[in-house]
Amino acid sequence: MGRNGVADWLVQRLTAVVLGVYTLWFVGVLLCTPDMDYAAWRGLFAPLWVKGFSLLALLSVVAHAWVGLWTVSTDYFRPTWLRLVFQLTCALVLGYYLLWGIQILRSA
Amino acid sequence: MQVSVYRYNPDSDNAPYMQDLEVDIPAGRDLMVLDVMHLLKEQDETLVFRRSCREGVCGSDGVNMNGKNGLACVTPVSEVATSGKLVIRPLPGLPVIRDLVVDMSMFYAQYERIQPYLMNDEPTTGIERLQSPEEREKLDGLYECILCACCSTSCPSFWWNPDRFVGPAGLLQAYRFLADSRDRATEERLSSLQDPFSVFRCRGIMNCVNVCPKGLNPTRAIGHIRSMLLRRAS
Ligand code: SF4
Repeated sequence: MGRNGVADWLVQRLTAVVLGVYTLWFVGVLLCTPDMDYAAWRGLFAPLWVKGFSLLALLSVVAHAWVGLWTVSTDYFRPTWLRLVFQLTCALVLGYYLLWGIQILRSA
Repeated sequence: MQVSVYRYNPDSDNAPYMQDLEVDIPAGRDLMVLDVMHLLKEQDETLVFRRSCREGVCGSDGVNMNGKNGLACVTPVSEVATSGKLVIRPLPGLPVIRDLVVDMSMFYAQYERIQPYLMNDEPTTGIERLQSPEEREKLDGLYECILCACCSTSCPSFWWNPDRFVGPAGLLQAYRFLADSRDRATEERLSSLQDPFSVFRCRGIMNCVNVCPKGLNPTRAIGHIRSMLLRRAS
């Protein structure tokens, strides 16, 4: 990313839709489950489609955040070294989230 | 009336400063800001600014008046100096050459980049390339731009990336040629605009629309270009 503005623009919008739907669904589940305990929480993530949906949301967070933060960094950070350090930090944190999230979903 | 004006002469000043002057405006009369600038120059002839037609046609006296860009010649003092004090600064975001005169090279470089001329290599028929009235109508609201730079210099995206973001004025002109039925370089024009900076740095905050002395709408033109880019990609 960062080469084609059309792709970035589309990614930003599509991932926002995914995250919006996921958030609504998640809030809905929480509201409908007043006594959420460990068993209910585990049960929630047991079906394959919930895992898939959660993975999709996770990927969306990573893509959305990367495009957004990359843009912010090219707007506001003038010194190249600062911009690169910021971008590298973002990439590492987002990559870590992704791997960690996949691991959690696999073991759920 | 109290007037505060931005002064900077790189040959003699270490740093820019604001000069406060008092100008007599006859009671009951409203002047244009450009008139006030001439009165200032009578008091201090070292003040430098650009002007030419003094009626909003040439676009050379774009300045920042009490925080808002506009043409000094068509902006009444009463409209901007609502608190009773007039503050005049150069257009923001461009290098100052002296006082209110800015170096517009970056602005013109973006204009040049969008190739502001018809491109059509089909053989001519000996007469003009004709347009229907409907085709001609599509250029209304686009061709009137006088390149005063009020819009681009009020745009944060242009401040941050003047070398990569074309800016509202350049994009309005880019669309003026994309929308022209006689132009054949649509594909070439769009492919030079599809990177993440040229068009997509526009966040639609509409500062450009807010300041354009010609009442044009660069944000809408940018939206049209974005739609063309998306349609082309799909
Ligand atoms: S679009 Fe309006 S504000 Fe921008 S350069 Fe043209 S005339 Fe000036």
